[in-house]
Amino acid sequence: MLAFVLCGLVYVFVTADVQETNQVKDAEGQTHAVEEERQWEATEVETNLSLTDTPSDNEADHVQTCDRPPPPPAKDEIQEAAEEVRRDSLETNIVDVPSDKVDHVSDTKKTLDDPPPPPEKDRFQEELVIRPLHSGDTYASFQFRTLWDTDFFRGNKVLYYQLFPKSLGQVISKFSVSELHISFTQGYWRTMQWGQPFLPSPPGAELWEWCQDTVTDVDIAWKELTNVLSGIVCASLNFIDSTNTVQPSASFKPLGVGNGNAFSANAVLPREIVCTENLTPWKKLLPCGAKTGLAVLMNSEKVFHSSFYSQALHITPVCQDWQCKSTAWELKRTLNVVFDLHSSGQGKREWSLFKMFSRTLTEACPLRHCGEQFELSPATPLLSQAVVLGDRRTYSVYDLTNQATFGQMPAESGDMLRPLLHGERYVAGYGLPTGEIHTLVYNHHTYRAFPVLLLDTVPWYLRLYIHTLTTPAIYIHYQPSKDRLQPHLLEMLVQLPPNSVTEVTVQFERALLKWTEYTPDPNHGFYVGPLLAVPSVVAMDTNSTQERPLFSSFFPCKEESSYFMRVYTEPLLVNLPTPDFSMPYNVICLTCTVMAVGYGSLYNLLTHTFQVEEPGLRCVPLL
Amino acid sequence: MGLLSDPNRRRALTKLLTRLNAPICVMCYLAGVAWFMGLAFEPFTLRTYMSENAMGSTMVEERFPAGERALATGREFAAHKKKVGGMPVDWLVKTMQSRGLEVFTQSFTRKLPFPDENKERYMVRGTNVYGILRAPRAPRTEALVLSAPCSEGNNNNQAVGLLLGLAQYFRSQIHWAKDIIFLVNEHDLIGMQAWLEGYHHTNTTGGDWSPLQGRGGSIQAALSLELSSDVITSLDLVLEGLNGQLPNLDLANLFYAFCQKIGVLCTIQGKLQRNDWDTTSGYSHAAQTMMLMVLKQASGRPWGDHGLFLRYHIEAASIRGINSFRQYKTDTTTIGRLLEGMYRKLNNLLERLHQSYFFYLMPSLSRFVSIGYYMPAFGLLAVILLLQVLNLLVYVGIIDSFLLSPSVLHQPSSPGVLSILTPVVISHMTGVALYTLPILSQEMAVQHFPVSETEAVVLTAIAIYTAGLALPHNTHRLLQGEGTEEGWRVLKLVALLYLAVLLGCTALINFSLGFILALSLVPIAAFITPHTPKALSAAIMVLLSPGCTLLYCVFVFQELQETPVSLQDGWMLFLSVISQGILDHALYGSLVYPLLALLIYPCWLLLWNILFWK
Repeated sequence: MLAFVLCGLVYVFVTADVQETNQVKDAEGQTHAVEEERQWEATEVETNLSLTDTPSDNEADHVQTCDRPPPPPAKDEIQEAAEEVRRDSLETNIVDVPSDKVDHVSDTKKTLDDPPPPPEKDRFQEELVIRPLHSGDTYASFQFRTLWDTDFFRGNKVLYYQLFPKSLGQVISKFSVSELHISFTQGYWRTMQWGQPFLPSPPGAELWEWCQDTVTDVDIAWKELTNVLSGIVCASLNFIDSTNTVQPSASFKPLGVGNGNAFSANAVLPREIVCTENLTPWKKLLPCGAKTGLAVLMNSEKVFHSSFYSQALHITPVCQDWQCKSTAWELKRTLNVVFDLHSSGQGKREWSLFKMFSRTLTEACPLRHCGEQFELSPATPLLSQAVVLGDRRTYSVYDLTNQATFGQMPAESGDMLRPLLHGERYVAGYGLPTGEIHTLVYNHHTYRAFPVLLLDTVPWYLRLYIHTLTTPAIYIHYQPSKDRLQPHLLEMLVQLPPNSVTEVTVQFERALLKWTEYTPDPNHGFYVGPLLAVPSVVAMDTNSTQERPLFSSFFPCKEESSYFMRVYTEPLLVNLPTPDFSMPYNVICLTCTVMAVGYGSLYNLLTHTFQVEEPGLRCVPLL
Repeated sequence: MGLLSDPNRRRALTKLLTRLNAPICVMCYLAGVAWFMGLAFEPFTLRTYMSENAMGSTMVEERFPAGERALATGREFAAHKKKVGGMPVDWLVKTMQSRGLEVFTQSFTRKLPFPDENKERYMVRGTNVYGILRAPRAPRTEALVLSAPCSEGNNNNQAVGLLLGLAQYFRSQIHWAKDIIFLVNEHDLIGMQAWLEGYHHTNTTGGDWSPLQGRGGSIQAALSLELSSDVITSLDLVLEGLNGQLPNLDLANLFYAFCQKIGVLCTIQGKLQRNDWDTTSGYSHAAQTMMLMVLKQASGRPWGDHGLFLRYHIEAASIRGINSFRQYKTDTTTIGRLLEGMYRKLNNLLERLHQSYFFYLMPSLSRFVSIGYYMPAFGLLAVILLLQVLNLLVYVGIIDSFLLSPSVLHQPSSPGVLSILTPVVISHMTGVALYTLPILSQEMAVQHFPVSETEAVVLTAIAIYTAGLALPHNTHRLLQGEGTEEGWRVLKLVALLYLAVLLGCTALINFSLGFILALSLVPIAAFITPHTPKALSAAIMVLLSPGCTLLYCVFVFQELQETPVSLQDGWMLFLSVISQGILDHALYGSLVYPLLALLIYPCWLLLWNILFWK
């Protein structure tokens, strides 16, 4: 029997949480006695691989903190863990693991221990999930969640911001936003290679908002909101106008406990290019910035050297407790990156934090509680603690004589668990007058049919021939486009039979734009946003329950069997009939010259006879 | 002045035109031919230059190292191809997957209308294999294609090897902003047609293919690679595509620029560039290169696997490795570097290639003649037709009667509509027969005559073509008695206008075809009357008919390619060219055969009709 220290860290999953209660105890509003409650708590993995053995100090409930919070005891361990990960990966390179299910371990210990949350507090949690994908690529998903038990509406002005970014809070109260989702994505999620993403998002920028019914003029509010947000996130969201905004009737449901949601709007900018300039303001929305905590890893040089990059902001109102008497505001900031196996890992199936991000976790964000959970696969029952050079660590022991240890490693050609749904879209036909948009939605489930809502937004310059729409839809909602004002909106309820491909086709005519309406690079083509498929079996769970790790609850559901899912197809690039923009100059100059000089005189010459005028006949006026 | 409003002056003008008609026509014809030949003279041409900014100034460093490995892969491919006896689909899929591509296959079947004797195929069944290299952080909206055919025998193994080598190398690069599709197509153009139709979900020629599973968005550019030896002496660029379409000139410029940079000999039409333009041999070399391009373009067939891309507005060219007896050899690594550089630059494109010319002729790889320079040559020929029309109008009296006394349109001897319509209809019926009957009647012909299907089709076509000459052309006499002077003049007027429109439209789309047809048809159209000596005129007319023009073109083409053929071989080649033309139409939708059969030939028959007018 050979005991071996294996670096097989499959799902490293770093979770942290802080409960920071800010009780504002001021009668005069001049002195704030900030009471902070910090709970340091160990969360344990089922495999008992706990890196933090700190006893929870729940007893110390109300610590008057003028003093600094105790240095997190877990800190050293994190460093070690990170080091361990890196070193081991470098040394042994045996990471080869099944990648298709996330066996997440939830423990209820904490909830039982938790005291009922006091009012007016905000909490901050951060989490990183790293998941080797079947294709060999590595998926890293950051999530930062701030939960604030406050109310932006009903007249109370929120003046004091602790963990919640003030800029967003002001946006919420000014525009009466009841839900806001922004995502910036560079690249397309390859569902067939990578499986379902934790949080789907379309390529480019997507903005999706619900607002309260107190808003009087929604169009103006929407316009202002996009402009303000484009400043906050440093993106061209100001290009969102009525020609790319739709108000879907059925496809988008509020994800939070929206009461009084009156108006929703959704806009996608497929052309938006996401880069470091978007990451920097996004990092600034974090309480610790990019100085400490997990955000340290977001090294833009590395994060943008990847196959897929997506960052998002989600603001939703959630229930404070199970009774749901009062709401809290939840701000989720997610960042998803897929690192390429070939260009970063030199073709080897291994990873380490340092290799991926060129950085390791050095310091915890002091505003949150650090508890790291590492889950290993294959799981091993044997754990040993050893003291090496005065350094106490926990090792997993793998019995290499046992075949089962290797049994779980998938073969190279092994089929991965196919994703349930995925979509595909392309333009058919050739030539510039007409074309046809084909959309294929695959259902790979072997026996289950899904009712799915398809949302298709097509810009006005593709004039859809709706009579050519072929779709097995049960219900269709179509809102025709208006030239230069609003896009086509097509919502279809489609039943996807098990193990099938559903095809939706519609023909279109390419409009000839006015010459000022062309983009500066007209021959690049014009983008058509992706089609969105939403399985309509979503049961929302709006209670914020903290015992689960964050990645299981990007958008939580009540049952295990039904979960929130969206499928985006790729956007389309369509060429429109484009005049040769070098021609206008030629044509205008030439025709003007010919008309003015050539034609006029020639016409005179050909049709008029010239006669000599006798000078004496003209009467010259005296004055 | 009042040149046109004065009847006397107007009459003088028309008189001048009619009197000088013949010399002007001859002058125009000679000037047109001279202009055309002058296009190959270097001082009259423009030097090529890169118009596209995105490809111009950006520096690209080529580092492809793995030429030897690519050749080894090519040998492995050859072994597997031999073992399977065709496309080694499984091996290709596995190899591409191991190089980190998303791999898909497409199977297709195609039944040719009649057996293709050149390539010995009738029922075609094959599989295309393609792998998509997904660009990092790109939303699958744009793609580039690199294709290599899986050919019969030992051809193009090196091309497939290099394609796989490049795929592996490109996979580890991080520059890509567009997906790159590596395609290995079976049965050359038939496979390519199936793949392109599958990609764009169209079906123009009734092929049978399985739908594609993976796509990479709109294809921006494509290169097809043909390489059959380990080392090469030069690379040949093939541009001519279906129906004489050409890719944007910037693609040729890109190839030329990289050949210069890397130091590879490059040719076009298989002819090297020469610097001695001021000598006779230098000029004739350039003229030959240009004539070859004109003949290839006029044929309307795709001269490489790239030819079908052009229909979809995808700029494409074929690059063909040539291994001759020259001393200086280029190895595969260098070709790989060249392709890497080209793809890197194409990857930099922000828009489709559109800056440079789409209509051009190339007397050498570094010189081009744009549409503005070559169109006058055709224009001079077309003017002849218009002058003749003017002349006829004067003779028929339409101009005079209209201009002198517009109110009195008395034309006692004006021929009836029927006498004009009958020959027009009959000629077109013959054209329709020429278009449809060869394929329809092949079974019958095979049953009754000891010929193969292909021969049956070609010989039927020739038979119908000849039978058209013997048709009773004087049917109008049954309806209206004797044919009048007025009658043939009006008929000729119709034929001339018809021909002018036809040739004008053809020349706009495919200059070479229009120009060659104009060269042969304009003289007979201009000077044919019923009063010329019958036997001589008939002989000239037959010699200048579209069919005979095709025959001459075959001989000239062989001569220009420096592979002259004997009369016997030339005739066999002529027959196979006809069958290829019909096949091109049926398989890829080439329009030359229907154009000749349905429009040009009937038009020529009208002129034939005039010769035998009684």
